[in-house]
Amino acid sequence: MLFAAEETAEHAVEAAGWFLENSWLIPLIPGIAFFVILLFGKRLPKGGSEVGIASMTASLVIAAGAAFQWIDRVDSSHGEHVGPVIRQWTWWQSGGTKFGIGQHIDGLAVMALLLVTFISTLVQIYSTEYVKGDRRYTHYFASITLFSAGMLTMVLAPNMVQLILGWEIMGLCSFLLIGHWWEERANSEAALKAFWTVRVGDIGLLVGTAMLLGIFGTLDIKGINEGAAAGDFGAQSTLMWAAVALFIACIGKSGQFPLHTWLPDAMAGPTPVSSLLHSSTMVVAGVFLVARLYPVFHVGLEINAVGQTFNLIAVIGGITLIVAAALAFVQNDIKKVLAYSTVSQLGYMMMGLGVGAWTASVFHIFTHAFFKCALFLVAGSISYTASHHSFDMKKDMGGIWKKMPITFGVWMVSTAALAGIPFFSGFFSKDEIIDSAKHADYTIFYIVGIVGAFMTTAYMTRATYLTFFGAPRGGAAHFMGVEQPDNEAHDDAAHDDHGDHGDDHDAHGQDDHAPVPGRSFPFAPFDSPWKITAPLLILGTLAVGSGYLNAPALGIHWFEHQTESSIGLPIAEGHGEEAADLAHAGEGDEEAGTAAEGEDEAEHAAAEGESADSAIFTVPEAPEFKWSAAAPGLLLVLAGFLTSLFLSFAVFGKRKSALTPLVGLTQRSKPVGAVHKFLVNKLYLDHLYEKIIFRGVAYPISKAAYWFNQKVIDGVVDGAGRSGKRTGEWVYRNIDQRLVDGAVNASGMVASETGHALQPVQSGKVNQYGALLFGAAAVAAIVLILLNV
Amino acid sequence: MYAVNFLLLSAALFSIGVFGVIARRNAVMVLMSIELILNSVNLNLIAFALINNDIDGHIFALFVIAIAAAEVGVGLAMVLMIYRNRRSIALDGLSEMHG
Repeated sequence: MLFAAEETAEHAVEAAGWFLENSWLIPLIPGIAFFVILLFGKRLPKGGSEVGIASMTASLVIAAGAAFQWIDRVDSSHGEHVGPVIRQWTWWQSGGTKFGIGQHIDGLAVMALLLVTFISTLVQIYSTEYVKGDRRYTHYFASITLFSAGMLTMVLAPNMVQLILGWEIMGLCSFLLIGHWWEERANSEAALKAFWTVRVGDIGLLVGTAMLLGIFGTLDIKGINEGAAAGDFGAQSTLMWAAVALFIACIGKSGQFPLHTWLPDAMAGPTPVSSLLHSSTMVVAGVFLVARLYPVFHVGLEINAVGQTFNLIAVIGGITLIVAAALAFVQNDIKKVLAYSTVSQLGYMMMGLGVGAWTASVFHIFTHAFFKCALFLVAGSISYTASHHSFDMKKDMGGIWKKMPITFGVWMVSTAALAGIPFFSGFFSKDEIIDSAKHADYTIFYIVGIVGAFMTTAYMTRATYLTFFGAPRGGAAHFMGVEQPDNEAHDDAAHDDHGDHGDDHDAHGQDDHAPVPGRSFPFAPFDSPWKITAPLLILGTLAVGSGYLNAPALGIHWFEHQTESSIGLPIAEGHGEEAADLAHAGEGDEEAGTAAEGEDEAEHAAAEGESADSAIFTVPEAPEFKWSAAAPGLLLVLAGFLTSLFLSFAVFGKRKSALTPLVGLTQRSKPVGAVHKFLVNKLYLDHLYEKIIFRGVAYPISKAAYWFNQKVIDGVVDGAGRSGKRTGEWVYRNIDQRLVDGAVNASGMVASETGHALQPVQSGKVNQYGALLFGAAAVAAIVLILLNV
Repeated sequence: MYAVNFLLLSAALFSIGVFGVIARRNAVMVLMSIELILNSVNLNLIAFALINNDIDGHIFALFVIAIAAAEVGVGLAMVLMIYRNRRSIALDGLSEMHG
């Protein structure tokens, strides 16, 4: 039944170019590679990693080809609408409903494909060094390849079923990879937590998908988007609830506010996994889903409607962005700082989508992937080379910038991109989100955005200071060949928190404290091996360069031009708050039922924007960039940098200053300590989930279940057993002993007696036998005669 | 020609045979009596074959003769063995198989 050879949707395929037509190969190749690695990996000379890298490279080549052909397709369209290239085959069918599998490739998908394949390739190259000698080296590469395949499947999904398929493959692989070193309990718990937290959200995905099928009668993404954009649905509220359900899935997957707690714990996995998971796959999936089904969310939640000051997506995004940034301040683990930073940036993306800044958000996915991947790989490089596999910034780092120039340089560039310093990539995407929020009259979110920018700069400055500057401590001091500032036995203390990250697991098959094989002790004076630094350099370059694909500050709108057809909604042209407002006025009125006025206004709006002729819903055009508009944000970024730098020097620095008394303030001052504790405990959300929700819900349930088990089920079972025993005894006594045995004995007796009675007949004399024979024959003859007469 | 003549002769032979089987103690005589019975049957078969003008009865009688010859062969062999072992062919003494 699989892959019935009929092709259901052939339209728009013609003359799209080979790579675009065959981009379904992109997820297929790593998918097959997964099985190859799993089955034959251990016998291969490089443990299966070569298969993984080769498959990712092949996918990358096809993705790059598809990207070029897509650009060509857009450029040759001369302003007309560029349709996606959709191909579907029937995967299975149930009661006449066919479920397809195939591809839906457009600007958004091309962007994501390129991103995922590119970063996966680099991460796999990096991993060959990082997890070298690991006991589950082959499984690691199998999982990570399937992980990429899952994301690619989701990105290419032409319908919701394939989307869910890819989505769940990723969930499974994140579980496998986070729990890669499952021998330590903390790691396996983190893996379970990630899996179950995401599963909570997945219920929303299933419910939302079912609702979409109910509303639009199709699972095809194209059909759903067109239906939503054309207003072809029953009631607004139904669509809203579908959007809410789908958004719950995104909250779980993308680590948005109430369900973000799994993401920092996911640091238990190997660093390359964190890097992949936090940049281009997994967490981006939620944002991607919103971007993919944007008409559903935009129309369902009435984004950009007149007078709307907030909506679900923007609120969740805004809360996430502030909360996660606040949490990043109190982390000592460099990977956790980065994890919260990812959560915070995902909050930006969601907020951007929530205020109608589709292009800016998608572009932020693009730029963020490069610099966040780079940051994580830098953290891995430091722990690999400098800090004895520790990630503790306070105990095992500091002052290492001198010896690791490449690592340090990439970190600085990526940090600048993350903080949104002008002319680094993050600036172009993040600033546009903030600018759009202001432009679309979401003033609250504008303020949230610039405050978030301030906080981002501040916590990254703190992390940078602790990691690279100041006096070397612990593992770093060892690495630098410096006497430790104090004579504590840091080497032992530094490894207390193995459970937090687990990267210092005995992956290298020897003691943590021994030098890495092939590297003399004290370590070689310079940076990590080339397999680690090469991906870092490439990503660092892109952390700067990727921003120039869509730099409004420089008047570049290339990226927007390539992807705008994927929004699914026309862009309100002609500078238009008015156009957008009018368009949504039309929507509002239509909902109210007074069609005439609404249509009138909608027509008016349509007249203003040419491409929006029949569209009811539009997204606002990206605002025109003005330095004056960006200035407040930039000033806050600068302020954040200076404040944090000053505080870092004062608090963590060697020299005594007026602020030195602040050191240890959290221990001494109760109110400050309370805030610190509140943040360290992640707002007590884990407590809420584990202690209150689990205890409050699961314990009574289990208690009731226990009672039910003991009293009812056991009672029934016991009763059944007892009555069964009694019945058995009665049956034994009466039926078995008397009836059955009686019958057997009686028949035996009868046979015996008959035998004795007939014994004389067997005289042994032939004559007598003959007499009997003829006598019987005579009797029979007489009977025969009597009967016949 | 009436079948009754043949049948009467046949019945007489049969009765003599049966009497011989039951009453004689000599094993050889019992065997001979059995031959009488078989021949009475043959007579019946041929009689009915003649009346019905059918060849089947004749053929059947030939078979019976052949089987009777074989039977006598086996029977006489047995009698010979019994005589060798017991120096007697009286059937009265051969009652080891009694129940």
